[in-house]
Parts: sequence; structure tokens; C-alpha cells
Amino acid sequence: MKVRLATVWFGGCSGCHMSFLDLDEFLIDLAEKIELVYSPVVDTKEYPEGVDVCLIEGAICNEDNLELLQKIRQRTRVLVSFGDCAVTGNVPAIRNQLGLGNEESVLQRAYIENAQHNPSLPREDGIVPPLLPRVMPVHEVVHVEHYLPGCPPPAERIKALVSQMLSGVEPKLEGAALKFG
Amino acid sequence: MGDAMILSDLTQIKARELAARKKVVLRVCLAAGCMSSESKGVKERLEQAVAEAGLQEEVEVRGVGCMKLCCEGPLVQADPENALYIKVTAQNAPSIVAALKGGKAEVARTDPDAPFFKRQLGIVLANSGIVDPERIESYIALDGYQALHEVLHEMTPKEVVDAMVASGLRGRGGAGFPTGLKWGTVAKSPGAKKYVICNADEGDPGAFMDRSVLESDPHAVLEGMAIAAYAVGADQGFIYVRAEYPLAIARLQNAIKQAKQLGLLGSGVFESPFNFNIDIRIGAGAFVCGEETALMASVEGKRGTPRPRPPFPAESGLFGCPTLINNVETFANVPAIYRNGAEWFAGIGTEKSKGTKVFALAGKIKNTGLIEVPMGTPLRVIVEEMGGGAPDGGRIKAVQTGGPSGGCIPAQHLDTPVDYESLGKLGSIMGSGGMIVMDESTKMVDVARFFMEFCMDESCGKCIPCRAGTVQMHNLLEKILQRKATVRDLLKLEELCDMVKHTSLCGLGQTAPNPTLSTLRFFRNEYEELLQPDKFGPPGNGGPRESARTP
Amino acid sequence: MAAKTLTIDGKPISAEEGATILQASEEAGAKIPTLCHLDGVYDVGACRLCLVEVTGVPKLLPACTTTVAEGMDVKTDSERLRRYRRMILELLFAERNHVCAVCVSNGHCELQTLAYNHGMDHVRYDYLFPKWGVDNTHPLFGMDHNRCILCTRCVRVCWHIEGAGTKNVSGRGAQARIITDLNIPWGESDSCTRCGKCVQACPTGALSHKGSTVGEMERDRGKLEFIVLAREKKQWVTAD
Repeated sequence: MKVRLATVWFGGCSGCHMSFLDLDEFLIDLAEKIELVYSPVVDTKEYPEGVDVCLIEGAICNEDNLELLQKIRQRTRVLVSFGDCAVTGNVPAIRNQLGLGNEESVLQRAYIENAQHNPSLPREDGIVPPLLPRVMPVHEVVHVEHYLPGCPPPAERIKALVSQMLSGVEPKLEGAALKFG
Repeated sequence: MGDAMILSDLTQIKARELAARKKVVLRVCLAAGCMSSESKGVKERLEQAVAEAGLQEEVEVRGVGCMKLCCEGPLVQADPENALYIKVTAQNAPSIVAALKGGKAEVARTDPDAPFFKRQLGIVLANSGIVDPERIESYIALDGYQALHEVLHEMTPKEVVDAMVASGLRGRGGAGFPTGLKWGTVAKSPGAKKYVICNADEGDPGAFMDRSVLESDPHAVLEGMAIAAYAVGADQGFIYVRAEYPLAIARLQNAIKQAKQLGLLGSGVFESPFNFNIDIRIGAGAFVCGEETALMASVEGKRGTPRPRPPFPAESGLFGCPTLINNVETFANVPAIYRNGAEWFAGIGTEKSKGTKVFALAGKIKNTGLIEVPMGTPLRVIVEEMGGGAPDGGRIKAVQTGGPSGGCIPAQHLDTPVDYESLGKLGSIMGSGGMIVMDESTKMVDVARFFMEFCMDESCGKCIPCRAGTVQMHNLLEKILQRKATVRDLLKLEELCDMVKHTSLCGLGQTAPNPTLSTLRFFRNEYEELLQPDKFGPPGNGGPRESARTP
Repeated sequence: MAAKTLTIDGKPISAEEGATILQASEEAGAKIPTLCHLDGVYDVGACRLCLVEVTGVPKLLPACTTTVAEGMDVKTDSERLRRYRRMILELLFAERNHVCAVCVSNGHCELQTLAYNHGMDHVRYDYLFPKWGVDNTHPLFGMDHNRCILCTRCVRVCWHIEGAGTKNVSGRGAQARIITDLNIPWGESDSCTRCGKCVQACPTGALSHKGSTVGEMERDRGKLEFIVLAREKKQWVTAD
């Protein structure tokens, strides 16, 4: 039976997913062993039940992230924090330095002060998710089984971890393969 | 500076002092506690009332140090009838003076024979509340400086050290290191210049033993330091006292000045080759400066941060010279030991903890104040008999000793004798003498959080485990109290406690986890009751996710 | 000078009297992790990463400030030491804002290297995200307090090697910080000689040459050692 793999993109630049695509021909080997059940690169709307592994890119920044992450945890056997934003909060979490309740000033800065056209705050109930008071790394919200740091994690590092998981051994990265940044 | 003092001068001062003693002495507490309740005004009004009654020839109004039952202050004691007046105001003064001629004063009294007083044994506080701390003659009248004379003229430094070893005195600053051994090490350390330091940087929340000693009987500390200096071969002493103790500083300054004038400090003390000067260094309010290496750095004018030991101060201390550091209470024990003999001292207390210990009794207890009890006194005697138990019929839950470095001893262990080893076995420490009683209304996680916050604020920031570890432990305790923590957080807290305890540079960090560890040991249920289900935790933490998991 | 014989990780070695365990460990080929230690300046024993186990001593001892003794049996690595070291590193990462991805020292950072060498794949403690500023007032150098771990290497090189005494520590606990003179902007300091030794000494990205961007801040520690060796031992050779 194929491993049911999911990837998800929270508060991050998608660089980790780009690095994933850099796996090149390994992707073809991978396709034989996994079924990609949910990902930014496939068109599934609802996170399915009974997922084996989910690679999580990005920090938890808004209420949608939080809700989906909790759902993912309940429906997934193994979670992997994928990249520095998921592991540490990284750049998205820099706004935490402004203290709790920085949501408004962050939006103000991004959408009003730095806007070149139509300065306005993106606000639409039920469509634009409100920012959380504090950006969190994934493991601060739910239990995470494995960590794949890097900004982004180089393709080789992703390959090492995914291969270990697929071959059934307890994944373990060591030394420079754990380098942040 | 007068001529060198000799023994006959000392006996003359004593004789003069005793001859001048009046029939009646009204002692008014002028230590910081009662002073804050206007006891100075009481003393002035008493003097006025005595004058108005024309009793100046018969009655002396004497300002004294702590009379121990601080919660009932201001205290006034009338001798010889042994009446102890409580909560005295200036308005009460005429009534107290009137009662001296018969009749009864219209002032509340307490029984000086109550267990709170009767159970005490005064060595350190023997003169407290009796001697006038601002007059050296008053101390001399109580045989003050006789021990110094005897030591200088009858004993070699080695004999002085040997006697200290024989007394069995252990450091009263908290750790209980044998004082004689410390003196011996400094004495044997090679060096032409040596120092003696008195650690008066008392900083535990709720502790005021050393302050009271300094305010009540400063000369006992000076004499103790001088004897120690002779024993180890030092000629310069420093008293490191915190700036928050202005009255203690003023009394020390006054005492040093008087001792110098009489030639009891300075060059050729008692016509011996012994020279000794004492200077005061005032701390700027950092708790960590009570740690000896940080204290020395501060005396040297540097940032008050600890450094790794060895080298120990005995070998390389202040300005790189061999240095003896003892705390106030330790030095205050010294004159009595040489006056009465090491055997006398060794006969008091338990096998491994000799003498007495002063405690500042505070918290949820009827009688709060200062007590001095023989080592080995059961906690129950202190708390229930002397302290009178919890007020308003409450039940005592625990006793905290050792401040932010100590632990909470639960009520079921109240029969524990107070000595270094017994308290250590229960995960607490003797500490410098803070004793905070807690009743059923006290939340133990809150207690742990309070002390952790204290350590976090007082960490000097030099070593990482203490600087960053106390912050994380404090945040975890806060999270538990806010009912936001899971069992994973509790495990993290315990792991951090272990790590900070074993990796921190100095005693502050090494003991910072103690209040948390001890409350976890005896009151773990109070922590667990606050934990939340780990809804998104790993398998096995009991969250609802369990059933949803694919096998 | 008398020599001492001791055992480090089971290997018998000899060391000069007065040598530290850290110095002796090099001969034994043991790699003891350090962070506040810097060759050429005195040790302070602050980072606690170099703590080792010594048989018969109940406490862990810092290798950088503990001198060797005859017959000492030292263990520089154990499950317990590794656990403590990783926790110390995690505490550091959580304490300030160490964002490796955007740091001038990315790839050349001692903190970063120690972290991955100790298997730190994530930080279990909540990040504190304190608000610390950046002092960019100096014409040549920048100081980013967000990346400072308070190892005080900059302070020690400034006092001990350069003799300028510009850098100091102020405040206590988590509020402790490196200051210039009596807490003035670095650019206004008269005592700073612009020698740049502090920048060479910094283990992280806290001190940097202006104009360096992500990953560009490389340091040459050899320069500091060269000066000390030349001054104290009159040897004019570089470490490498």
C-alpha cells in the first residue's frame, strides 16, 4: 500500500516546497511509493482522514493555520516540521518582537504605509483569516514527530529524511543536516 | 584615639557602668521593626514622663535592640518587675511611668514567660533587647570585648582556630560549612595580607535575622570579626551590608567609631601586636552579592558577579589574598564561644549541629518575630508552641525554610528537628534563617512561582542556565497557574530544574529550583490538578486524538 | 614546571601544572564544546557548555577554569552531559532572536554549529521574542543585541588585549546587555579605538562589520591569538 503523504503551506515563503520540487528525478521514485493526498501542488480542498505523513511548511500565523494544523494533527500519524518557519517561527515570527497585539500595526505597515496602490486593510469575515496575537512554531501548538530544519532545507536533506521514513527506519538527521538557516 | 586599652580599663568601664545603673530600666525597642511603628516617639515621651514624675534618679529609659515579638511592637519592657508592654504608643508613656510607683498601666501586656520567650536560648541574641546598641560601654558592661582580650593575651592563633573547631560552629549563612575548618584554611594559606569579611547582605524574602543582630548588638559582630582576624592573621576587615539596612549601617558606623576611640580596633589592640581595622562596604541591592565571590567582586569595585570556585576565597579571595568570609550570625556567636568555652557551645544543639539558630518567624502564624532556639528543636515546637499556630484557627500546611534556595516542609514532617542534616533530607536547607509558615489557604504552585520569580529577577545574568533557565521555569510555572499547561510542560519544568541545579555557576542558580522541586515532591497533586488534557500531544498523553489515530 | 598525569575519556595523558582541563583535553583529542572560551583571553566559566564529569567530585566542573590535578579522571562526554549541553543551547536560542536565515554569521556561527553538532533539531522552550535594539552608530561596526549571548568575549578582548575598556556589561539577569562605555551609543565612544577585536571575538552575529549581509560575516580568530602569543611569549607565529 502506498504511503499517504500530505504537504501543507502555512506562514512561509513556499521556499521549502520549491526545495521539495528540487528533488528532481527522485520525485519519480517517490511517486511510486506515495500517494500525495493533500498539498499546495494538488487540488484537494479538504484535508483527508487517515494521512500517514504530513510535511508542514511555515509558522502558525493566523486562525486558519491554527484550525487546519489541529485538524491535521488529528488526521495524521506522523508530522514533520518542514523548514525553519515551521521549526522556529523564523522570519514570520519576527513580528512577535513587537509584543502581543501587534496584528494591527503589522497590517498597517504592510497594507497602508508600504502600499503603492489602493492602501486598504484586507478584511473580509470568513475569507481573510485574522492574524494570531503571536506567531508560533508548529510544535508549540501540536506534537511533532520529526524536524527538518533549514531555510530552506536543501533537497538532499529532504531526500534523506523522506527515504528514511519510506524505508521504515526511525528518521534521524545528524550534524550539519540539522543546520538552521 | 586614646592610649592603648588594657584589661583594667575594660573592667573600669564595666564597673562604672554597673555603678551608674538605676533601679528601674525601661527598655524601648529601637530596632527597625518597632521604629517603623514610632517607637522612637515612645522613648522620647517616656523620658519626658520620667522627668515630669521626677524619677530621673531612679529610672533609666534605654533604647535597645530587638525584643523579638515583632508582631506586637512597639515593645517596652519595664525592669525589674518584668512587665512587657505591647503595641505601645507615645500616649501610653505616662501610664507606664505612673505604674512604676504602683498600680497598673493602662497598656496591653504580654507574658514574658510565654513559650515564645521561654523556649528561646540566647547566644547570638543574648544581648539583644538588653544592651544599648549605640553605647559601647553598655556592651562592655555585659562582658563585651573580654573574649577578645583573652584571645589576644592567652591564646595563640592556632589555639583560637582549634577552639573554634572544637566548638563545632557551622556557618550560619546557609550552607553550614564548619567555621573552624574555614578559619584553619585561611590561617594556613600563605600570604602577608589577609582579609576578614562579614557578609551582611541578607536578602532572602522575609528574613531579618542579621539586620536585627546588627541593629541590636553591633559590637558582638565587631568583636567576633576581630577574634577571627587574629586567628587567621588578617589586619583588615570589611562588613558588606546592603543599602536597604540604613539603621544597621548607622549603628555599625557608630560602633566602629567607638571601638576605634577605645582602641579596641586599630593598631596594637589591647597592647598586643595585633592590628585590625574594619570598614563598611554598602551593597547596592543585588541579591547575588550575598554569594561570596560576587560579594568580593563588589567590594573590589567590580560588577557583582560570581566566579567559579576553586580557587576558594580562603586561598585567593579579596584582591587575590586569602580571605575569610562568614556571615553576621556566625561572627555574633564568636565572642560567647571564647567567653564560655568551646565545650560549653558544643554542649548545646545536636551531634552535628551545635549551638543555636536564629529564625525570622513569619507568615501565617500568630506570633511573628525573631527567635533563637537550640539546634535540634523540633519544627513543631517553633511553629505550634512558640509561634502559637496559624491565626484564626487555620491549619498549618507547610513551613518554608531557606528562602529562594530552600524548600517547603509539609505539616506531616513538623516533628523534624531543626538541624542542617534533617532539613537537607527533606529537600530544604537551614538557610540563613527565614522561616515562613503557610496555612491551608496557601497555593504551593504559587509559592514556587514566587520564589522562581525572585531568582529570575536576581540572577546576575552571567551563566546561561540560571539567566535563561529561571525565565523558562518561571514561565512554565506561570503557564501551569493559568491552567494552560499540559503534562508535557510539567516534564519540561522538572527537566529544567535538574539541569539548572547541576549546571549553574553559583549557589543562586544551583538552588533556584529548590522551592519548585520541594513543592513538587510534597504537593505534586496541586500541580497536576492545574494541568489540562494534552489534546494535540504525543500518543499516551490522554488527549481525544488517541481514538482517531491509525494504528 | 611539574607535570601532572591524568585520564581524559579513559586516555592517560600528561599536562603542565596549572593547565586547565580544556587545555589538557586537546592532547587527549577530546573535543569539549565551548562558547565563552576564547584563546588569548582569561576564562570566566559562564556558558557551562564545557562542564565535565570528574570521578570523585559530585559537581560538574567547567573544563575552562578547572586546573588539572594528579590522577584526575575526567569524562568529557556522557549522555547526561550531552543532554545538559543541548538544553543550554536551546535556552540560548529561545532567549533572544536568533534567526539564522537572516543572520550575517549564518554558516560561520559558533552557536549555530554547536546546535547542530548537539543534535538540536528544534527548541523545546517557548521563544521569548524580546525586543532588543541594534546599535549601528559606529562607522565601522554594528552591534545587534538580538543575537548576543552575553559570552562577554568582546568585553574581555577590549579590556585584556586592546586595553581600551570600551565594552562592558550592564543590567542583570535576562536584562543584562553589552554596553559601550557608560551606556552611550557606540559611535559616540571616545574610548573605542576601532580596532575591531570585539568583532573578531564574537561567536555569533551580534557584532559585525558594517556592510556584511547574510552569511558574509567571517572572522579571523587567529589574529587575536597572534597578538597574545607575540606579546606574552614573544613568538611571532600564527596559529595556523
